[in-house]
Amino acid sequence: MSPLILAYLALASALASGVLALGADRYPVLLRYGSSLLLGACGVFAVLAGAWALIDEAPTTDLLALGLPWLKWHLRLDPLSGFFFAVVGLLVFAISLFAPGYLREYIHPKNRQALSALGLFTGLFVLGMLLVLLADDAFVFMISWELMSVSSYFLVAYQHQHAANRRAAFLYLLMAHIGGLAILLGFGVLAGFGGGFTFGAMRAAELSATWASIAFALAFFGFGMKAGMVPVHAWLPEAHPVAPSHISALMSGVMLKVAIYGLIRVTYDLIGDIQWQWGLVLLIIGSTSTLLGVLYAMLRNNLKRLLAYSSIENIGIILSGLGLSMIFIGTGHKILGVIGLIAALYHVLSHALFKGLLFLGAGAIAHATHEYDLNNLGGLIRRMPQTAVFFLIGAMSISGIPLLNGFVSEWLTFQTALQAPVLASGVLRSIIPAAAAVLALSAALAAACFVKVYGVAFLGVARSRHAARAREVDAGMRAAMGLLAALCLLFGIFPSTVISIIDAIPNLLLGAGPPSATAQGWLWLTPISPKTASFSAPLVLLGILIFALIAWLLLRKRTVDVRRGHAWDCGFGSLNSRMQYTGTAFSMPIQRIFAPVWDLKEEIEETRHAAQPLQTEGVRHQLQALDRSWSRVYEPIGHFVLVAARRIGLIQTGSIHTYLAYSFFTLILLLWVVT
Amino acid sequence: MIDWINWLLALAQTLLFIAMAPFLLGWIKRVKCHMQNRAAPSLWQPYRDLGKLFRKHVVLAEQASWIFRATPYVVFGATVLCAALVPLVAVDLPTAAIADVIVLVAFFSLARFFTALAGMDIGTAFGGMGSSRDMMIGALAEPVLLMAVFTMAMTASTTNISEATTYTLNSGLVLRPSYIFAMLGLLMVAVAETGRVPVDNPATHLELTMVHEAMILEYSGRHLALIEWAGQIKLMIYMVLVANVFFPWGIATALAPNDLAVGFVAIAAKLVLLGVVLVVWETIMAKMRLFRVPQFLGFAFLLSLLGMLTHVVLETGG
Repeated sequence: MSPLILAYLALASALASGVLALGADRYPVLLRYGSSLLLGACGVFAVLAGAWALIDEAPTTDLLALGLPWLKWHLRLDPLSGFFFAVVGLLVFAISLFAPGYLREYIHPKNRQALSALGLFTGLFVLGMLLVLLADDAFVFMISWELMSVSSYFLVAYQHQHAANRRAAFLYLLMAHIGGLAILLGFGVLAGFGGGFTFGAMRAAELSATWASIAFALAFFGFGMKAGMVPVHAWLPEAHPVAPSHISALMSGVMLKVAIYGLIRVTYDLIGDIQWQWGLVLLIIGSTSTLLGVLYAMLRNNLKRLLAYSSIENIGIILSGLGLSMIFIGTGHKILGVIGLIAALYHVLSHALFKGLLFLGAGAIAHATHEYDLNNLGGLIRRMPQTAVFFLIGAMSISGIPLLNGFVSEWLTFQTALQAPVLASGVLRSIIPAAAAVLALSAALAAACFVKVYGVAFLGVARSRHAARAREVDAGMRAAMGLLAALCLLFGIFPSTVISIIDAIPNLLLGAGPPSATAQGWLWLTPISPKTASFSAPLVLLGILIFALIAWLLLRKRTVDVRRGHAWDCGFGSLNSRMQYTGTAFSMPIQRIFAPVWDLKEEIEETRHAAQPLQTEGVRHQLQALDRSWSRVYEPIGHFVLVAARRIGLIQTGSIHTYLAYSFFTLILLLWVVT
Repeated sequence: MIDWINWLLALAQTLLFIAMAPFLLGWIKRVKCHMQNRAAPSLWQPYRDLGKLFRKHVVLAEQASWIFRATPYVVFGATVLCAALVPLVAVDLPTAAIADVIVLVAFFSLARFFTALAGMDIGTAFGGMGSSRDMMIGALAEPVLLMAVFTMAMTASTTNISEATTYTLNSGLVLRPSYIFAMLGLLMVAVAETGRVPVDNPATHLELTMVHEAMILEYSGRHLALIEWAGQIKLMIYMVLVANVFFPWGIATALAPNDLAVGFVAIAAKLVLLGVVLVVWETIMAKMRLFRVPQFLGFAFLLSLLGMLTHVVLETGG
């Protein structure tokens, strides 16, 4: 028995869950329970296989007689793929708990959807993601990569009756394929030097510095596009939110991570000889994505779209960690490079958990209220008390609040950045702290952004009838969110234990683990050395518990003297829900400070009283904050493509004689070239 | 055995920290009154105010959820934990190793996160306004704070506050331009983070100018007392940070009674002086319009960045 057997079981369950759902249009129960059960099994198997591969450390490989006649499928499960396998598995398991309750809405006769398509493509999507992680040759990698992209296209286009969804899905498909093309070319370079499509051959290839950089650039562009880095991110906030919420959780939570996996696999493993310039590119693009991602998220009022933008921010943090790691490795500081890599991997895990949790939370809110717009929500903490607790944990985690997992990865990234003085180059020494400052700014803005989300959606008074009548979601959905929330806490309080397990990855890729990160036992996290920095989350938790206990003991007997009264209304009479700060109002100061980041279109219409023109009857205010990457990147490129197509179109006369002439002259030209 | 004594000392230092914080505020208020030709309250007035608030009934708004009731405890707990991390009288106490300065900053952001949520919990315009403004100021102040701290951390090559203090202490009187820039940045950020003039005014209840006060407008009784007390501790943490990281002389390095007494006198003298500096600053400055604050913090950011660059360019060499 080897971890690969478990991995095959996971793949088979994913496939079976997809196939089983084919009958769901007639028997919805097949999708709600059968498919979900199989997906849950898939998640469990994937977590077990991944954990086994991580702990076992030795890669296991296998050959399957599928695919091309001269190229069997090479599969391999090593600690790196094992880690990502476990991350995907965790989230797949969580959504399998969530789906039965959530899908009830789609079964409702009033807005019935094609259930078989949803189940089939969900199964294939999970299958594709897992297979990418197992691939050990470029052929399997690309096949499963395409399986993942195309099946998720159908999930994005699932509610295709809305034109905006169709447009988002098309854009998604287009970008996925441009990215896929770049990845394919990158593999082409590697295969050309390695003399084969297997990753083993590519690993052994000797590349010159230039060719290695070209392969890296292609892979980075391809994987970065899939991961949603700025400036090629614009498809992501269009595509991710329009899929059903549990699928959005998978797309933002783990599909982006599969792209990160690809980047790590190609750079650290296949190319191997890392140059610090690559790290610098990653760091700069990562910091830009972090800052712009969170700023764009800040101004969104559609909850799922906001979460999608915040994924861009988190991908930026991961890229920054990887960039730091590559800079240190490229300049010969391997141990520091290891810490950077661990910071990035930890954030991969953290982001999968809290973003999955938040998307499921958004799904729960949508399920209970049929609203995505924050400005129509409010007061849900009283209507959905448990969802409110879980969502709060997710929001705190994404804001980098200590004792939750988001903080651990952020802390590790900062610790890596603070080692910049060991570098010889003055430019690098000053760019890295500046990038750290950008990270700090983004973390603080993320906190502001999620205070807005939580404050507007869950606190205050309901702003719409739907929100006022919301009901807590069913036990399965709560269990899914509760599981992820518990994991957020667990991975925040015991980081040393987790790091001592994922040590296997740098051991595999770089032949070195962090020597002292966990040297002081499970209680302490000391990435560089105990003197440089130490953090003990369990002791901090203990301290908090002690203070809370003391305060509670001292003040316990007084809880009876709490009186309820009206909130202060300045003596003007009753308050109503429209007097609260809306999401737009909350983010206005930040919108004003960082105004150049968006294409802002603000319209204020005043309607005046007909008889008395000085009296205003009503005011209409409309604010559009558009993503600049549309006007600066996408539209110019689109325009260029159209113009170029029109120019090239000139040679197409439509007459057969001309085309024959073209063929003839081409033939002559080729003959001349050959001889 | 010796380990237990150290933990006890750390606990005693934290308690001293908490106990001294209202006194520091009393001192600041008193000097301010003298400076502005007003009759000054007693130095013990903040203690009396806290005592009064603790005895009073709590009045909660009808819509208040558990977040609103939990926030004072979260804020107070997080602030006290921060106080435990900062060396006040002696360095090398065991609590300092639990968490470093980045965690300290993160705990402040935890407190801010909950205060802002509590502000939005009632659903009044005041609360939302305060939360929105405070998160904006916080978002701009945090990177400055971290940059200033990073400059210190890179010089001393540690993020542990106690270790950094020892480093400055051991390297003697060296003039480091980076430290001067970082200290100026830290001072400006401290003013913004503790809600003092010119960024915020703790004495105002005008809707146009309130920031922190707007968020806690609905609090009463012991909840308010905890929040006020936490605010006083936070002010003192910033002042102790400036005093001990940049001017550590006098702090006890050994745990002998004599050293501890000297350490106490030294920090008391430093705080008294810094209090006067703060008062002079607050008296000569006018409260800024809200949208001037980004410029103020932008300047602080520039100072911290300069500190960092000076360190990288001048002090590491290479």
